[in-house]
Amino acid sequence: MSNLLNVSPSPHIHGTETTGKLMSGVILALLPTLLTSVYYFGWGAIIVTLTSVLSCVLFEYLIQRFILKKPESISDGSAIVTGLLLAFNLPSNIPVLLVIIGSFVSIAIAKMTFGGLGNNPFNPALVGRVFMLISFPVQMTSWPVPAGFKTGYADAVTGATPLAIVKEGISSGEQISILMEQIPSHMQMFYGHMGGSMGEVAALALIIGLVFMLFRKIITWHIPVSVIGSVAIFTTILWLVNPEQYADPVFHLLTGGVLLGAIFMATDYVTSPMSRAAMIIYGCGIGIITVIIRVFGVYPEGVSFAILIMNAFVPLMNSYIKPKPFGKEVKHV
Amino acid sequence: MLKTFPTGGVHPPENKLTANAAIQYLPVPENVAIPFSQHIGAPATPVINKGDHVKTGQLIASAKGYVSSNIHSSVSGTVTKIDTVQETSGYKQPAVFINVDGDEWIETIDRSPEIIQEVKLSSEEIVKRCVESGIVGLGGATFPSHVKLTIPSGRKCEVLIINGIECEPYLTSDHRLMLERGEEVLVGTTILMKALKVDRAMVGIESNKPDALSHLSKLATDYKGITVHGLKVKYPQGAEKQLIKALTNREVPSGRLPLDVGTVVHNVGTAFAVYEAVQKNKPLFERVVTVTGKSLKHPGNFFVRTGTPLSRLIEAAGGLPDDTGKIISGGPMMGKAVNTTDVPVVKGMSGVVLLPRDESVRMEIKPCIRCAKCVSVCPLSLEPYLLMTLSERSLFERAEKERITDCMECGSCSFICPAGRPLLDYIRLGKSTVLKMIRERNLK
Repeated sequence: MSNLLNVSPSPHIHGTETTGKLMSGVILALLPTLLTSVYYFGWGAIIVTLTSVLSCVLFEYLIQRFILKKPESISDGSAIVTGLLLAFNLPSNIPVLLVIIGSFVSIAIAKMTFGGLGNNPFNPALVGRVFMLISFPVQMTSWPVPAGFKTGYADAVTGATPLAIVKEGISSGEQISILMEQIPSHMQMFYGHMGGSMGEVAALALIIGLVFMLFRKIITWHIPVSVIGSVAIFTTILWLVNPEQYADPVFHLLTGGVLLGAIFMATDYVTSPMSRAAMIIYGCGIGIITVIIRVFGVYPEGVSFAILIMNAFVPLMNSYIKPKPFGKEVKHV
Repeated sequence: MLKTFPTGGVHPPENKLTANAAIQYLPVPENVAIPFSQHIGAPATPVINKGDHVKTGQLIASAKGYVSSNIHSSVSGTVTKIDTVQETSGYKQPAVFINVDGDEWIETIDRSPEIIQEVKLSSEEIVKRCVESGIVGLGGATFPSHVKLTIPSGRKCEVLIINGIECEPYLTSDHRLMLERGEEVLVGTTILMKALKVDRAMVGIESNKPDALSHLSKLATDYKGITVHGLKVKYPQGAEKQLIKALTNREVPSGRLPLDVGTVVHNVGTAFAVYEAVQKNKPLFERVVTVTGKSLKHPGNFFVRTGTPLSRLIEAAGGLPDDTGKIISGGPMMGKAVNTTDVPVVKGMSGVVLLPRDESVRMEIKPCIRCAKCVSVCPLSLEPYLLMTLSERSLFERAEKERITDCMECGSCSFICPAGRPLLDYIRLGKSTVLKMIRERNLK
């Protein structure tokens, strides 16, 4: 009888959470954003998202199977998440071939060369996105105007993003109050009715995803709150200094990729720090760098760069920013 | 707001199947094997020989040194041999084998049912009685209790903490004891207070035992200095340092003892054993054991004599279910899996948990996704993922700096890890290596 019993060290029970369930949770949290992007960008959103997800999964499968010769890893769902996030960082009219190239860079270069899930220092979707931004700047910055299914994938009408309009305007000496009239209202932005990459436009959908992930305990509040908080504080200071030169904080939070970045990109487990104190420093770093790039840099948008820069500091933060040890304060009796 | 420890912790399913099962007396078995080492410290030295006849409660092995404990016979019968028996750790330990005849107790034990509340013994006499009676910590660590009751000169205990948390899933032995022997537990607490010369004792009970909580709270109004506190349900609420933090907001520093923050912690089971030793002159040879599992026909709580094989307990609970995949001595978070039911019950065994086959196999190990869940659940603010990696790569000096020796092996990290990584296995390996390194360094 004794050889039928399992013997192993404690603990003998395990929680219900698994990598696969966490990734499914993230995918579920991304669904509202996917639905709004389809609503605003129609066929383009469907084609780009499908291409991105399928090619990310396929590249991971092929590399794992034929190059690394390891057991399959696509069932953990992380390639699907990368595919979705890459798509959400792209304009909805981008050619399919470019999406495939971006997926290849994300999975093959940014993820699998480092050994696959858990080992990559930089956020794979953002590496793919920044690679595309630098390599195909024209296609990557032509943003379809939200028109749902009224226009097709290839013939979408494009326009500038609110961030680009404001950046352009300020550099040619115009005043914020006049520029604000040329862009959608804050409320329209909140619902996502503006030009931009597919997943970044709808603040409401992104916030629903955040609430779900917090409730489901997939992420903690530390990173999203510190990113959003630091962007808000920094831009408020600038705005108070000169409201005609610098846009208001709500504008900064609702435009570009701040929410997408804070909620879904900066919180990527693999490339974010391990201790809560480090998470807050990391989040604030992202927020501050984002605003610096937006306000003082060449690019109208800086979230992707900010996250990648802070990704580089994560190993250092993990080595030096530790959880507060239990029992340090000695009260002698 | 219920009190709790602030950092980390997990919420395993409670599965307290036997919470309403009154404690039954398990019939005395025909044969027992009583190990000489049922405590932390040196094994006791046998004082009987093969062929001797012993009575229930008779001393059969005496403590060897200060950190050791007396062992008493749990049955009356004839010593058939002194040999080794496999105990829960998997190792063989010397033990006395007794063939039982009847149940004749030594005359000095007061077997009357009435509760004696008046404590006549002095502090010193109480400690002496604990030594004689072989009292050890019954919460699982089995540290000889008299050591914790002897306060070194120049030190002071301000508050006694009685641990009635029982945060391990499945186990209910402390719960039933508080409910059915509450008065004895509180007299035992009073005795411990007298021994420690403190005027304040706090009994901590997790709020998933509302009946025990209200029962003891009501009884405690008649006892001077004893207060009863409900605590939040969170594992490991019953860990010594966590319980002290939750109740007194004091943090026991790394490598120090509760006394360093003016506290001493004893389990409710120990308080009951102290009551019996001091008021009834009964040495420690039986204890409450929870025998439980989802497939068991009659899971229950039993007063069991030490040396009884687990097989007898499982029989009493309805027999070994066909789907049993794992037998755990203790709780599922910190207990030890055994490979045979011949293992004898010892003083520190609080429960026997039977897990069905599908719950007894570990998850497949996947790569670490650096989700930081292990960091956030660690009650001692360690970084389990890092300690595992350091142990895996034999970087033990670094592991020592990362406080690997602070780990109390509660298992929260392995429990929570979504990738099924065996964090605690590697941390144990690293911890034991680091402890060995430290010992060798101190010898130089």
